Amino acid sequence: MQGLMEQLSAFIPPITHQVFLALAIFVIACSLLVALARNLFHSALGLVGALFGIAAVFALLEAEFVAVVQVLVYVGAISTLITFAIMLTRGMMYGRTSGTNRQLLASVMAAGTFFAVVLGIVFNVEWPQADPTAPIGSGAQIIPTLGLLFVNDYLVAFELLALLLLVALSGALLLARDRNK
Amino acid sequence: MDTLQLVPLEWYLGLAAFVFSAGLYTALARRNAIAVLMGIELMLNAVNINLIGFWRYSTTMAALAGQVFVVFVIAIAAAEAAVGLALIISVYRNRKTVNLDDLDLLRG
Repeated sequence: MQGLMEQLSAFIPPITHQVFLALAIFVIACSLLVALARNLFHSALGLVGALFGIAAVFALLEAEFVAVVQVLVYVGAISTLITFAIMLTRGMMYGRTSGTNRQLLASVMAAGTFFAVVLGIVFNVEWPQADPTAPIGSGAQIIPTLGLLFVNDYLVAFELLALLLLVALSGALLLARDRNK
Repeated sequence: MDTLQLVPLEWYLGLAAFVFSAGLYTALARRNAIAVLMGIELMLNAVNINLIGFWRYSTTMAALAGQVFVVFVIAIAAAEAAVGLALIISVYRNRKTVNLDDLDLLRG
């Protein structure tokens, strides 16, 4: 019985592989929904799913902080913005669809060629890799280190980013304001 | 199971390539401006998968550069989405459409 179980387990992929495959199928299905759904609201729902799945991929790669930021910023804020924009511009929820433009064939070819070329590169290049089983330290060490990096090594970029966000959000307010009132 | 076997790096890169291609198609082929923005968000996310994947499998993981870059990308994407959607709402208010084929004011 023991031997049979071991023989069987040789055919079952390890648990991390199973988790990755499930996540990958989910993300791929959601991004296909974004690209192909004719109803714009379905596209937005697919985008939320894809962003959630990508957050889970980050967690699988042991980047917990980034996964949380992804959920907060993308799933929380950007999807809400997009949903509001869809509802403010026409009643697209009532089956009003948005199709494709005249570049459909060229777009399919461009995206397909890009995918094929990148896939060829990915599986033919020998990527320099560290031992992936090496421990990366607990999240309790990573997040303080990340915080210190932002105020030491990356201080200028961090402050510029704050300025960029301020300018972009004021600009967005100014653009979206109704001038006739 | 003796050790926790990690997924090969190539799988993550392949997933990111697919998500990027889907975003590229969305940005190029869709007629609605909001759909184009959604495609751009997908492409940015694909790049983030690559950055985190390379960080996890790199020899200089302790430097955390991959995670720092991803946080920057997410913040800039948020700014881009805010400005882009404000532009779309402004265009809609003036032209009553967000159909990109109809927005040809600059055509000579």
